Amino acid sequence: MAKTITQEFVKGLWDEIPPFRLVLGLCPTLAVTKSVENGLGMGVAVVFVLVCSNMLVSLLRNIIPSKVRIACFIIIIATFVIVVELVMQAYAYPLFLTLGIFIPLIVVNCIVLGRAEAFAYKNGVVRSIVDGFGIGIGFTISLVAIGALREVFGSGTFFGMSVFGPSFQPFTFMIEAPGAFVCLGLMLCMMNLAGNK
Amino acid sequence: MREIIKMIVVLTVLSAFSGGLLAAVRGGTMEKIEYQQLVFVKGPAIRSIFEGCSNDPIVDRFKIKDGDIERSFFVGVFDGKADTVTFESFGKGFGGDIGLMVGVNINDDKIIGMSVTTHSETPGIGSKAKTDPKFSNQFKGLSAVEPCKVKPDGGEIDAMSGATVTSKGVCVGVTEAGNIYKRLKPQIAEKIKEFK
Repeated sequence: MAKTITQEFVKGLWDEIPPFRLVLGLCPTLAVTKSVENGLGMGVAVVFVLVCSNMLVSLLRNIIPSKVRIACFIIIIATFVIVVELVMQAYAYPLFLTLGIFIPLIVVNCIVLGRAEAFAYKNGVVRSIVDGFGIGIGFTISLVAIGALREVFGSGTFFGMSVFGPSFQPFTFMIEAPGAFVCLGLMLCMMNLAGNK
Repeated sequence: MREIIKMIVVLTVLSAFSGGLLAAVRGGTMEKIEYQQLVFVKGPAIRSIFEGCSNDPIVDRFKIKDGDIERSFFVGVFDGKADTVTFESFGKGFGGDIGLMVGVNINDDKIIGMSVTTHSETPGIGSKAKTDPKFSNQFKGLSAVEPCKVKPDGGEIDAMSGATVTSKGVCVGVTEAGNIYKRLKPQIAEKIKEFK
């Protein structure tokens, strides 16, 4: 019952989409989705880290002794996270300022470590890259979706552009932390409703 | 035994590789990051101090060695004359160091403006040091060569309500800036001539 490469990619977009189906990586999901831009930036960073770490873990899976595998994964992941952090500082400084601590926190993101442990350590290089890419894109889509909902209702803008015009009274609850929980809960509920049919 | 050696070797090699890669990336991005920090962190502060200047103070900057550290000075040109400099100093606040930029006119040694750049003060209380112009405008016109204090300590600055520690920290930072200025004034006066 081996999956095809396409199936490995597509599963990340719906069947195993991280925050909704796997319910992993909730900390950044809740914290950085105040706007679409933040969600997208975070998503792209995670895609890069996931693809690179999956590739390296998969390449080294026969060399890494199983007793210290977690330590090795963390070294690999941390390296790429710091690369992302430096590059973001150099080329997208405002984004770096708003994402702040959540970029270094990708190191302990369950999704990245989870894919390394559950997938890349047991599968070939190409499959691992595709898996990382799929899951990463899925994560990005989720962040952008939550970010869009929260930004449109919470501040009346989309990507910084006004949606409803100046008379709109922003529903600021949505960009506060509790709004993130409510929003995520409702979206999970919708996903489950749609999935149960 | 062999297993242990293998573990050690793998971890060592992996860490070494990671360190090397990071050093390379850091080296490649360092200059760019420094510039970005100037533009986005200190830039707004510098611009608010030099409001109405006719040059770009981020481009017109020079460095002076002060003991072991190198300090950056930003030059502001008003009415065709380059006689104001802005530089950074630090004070101790409630949640750590407060970084601030102080602008000084070198002709009469008076402060032309003060602006907080980085801090970790309580949001909404101590953070007003950065956002509330009422507080930062008080420093305008004070003498840069005399210590700066809050009113209860015999100075001229009204502390922000609920944020005494922050207010005092900012004053310490401004006093520190005055000390730097006193110490380096001859060099500053020398270097600034290049911009006239």
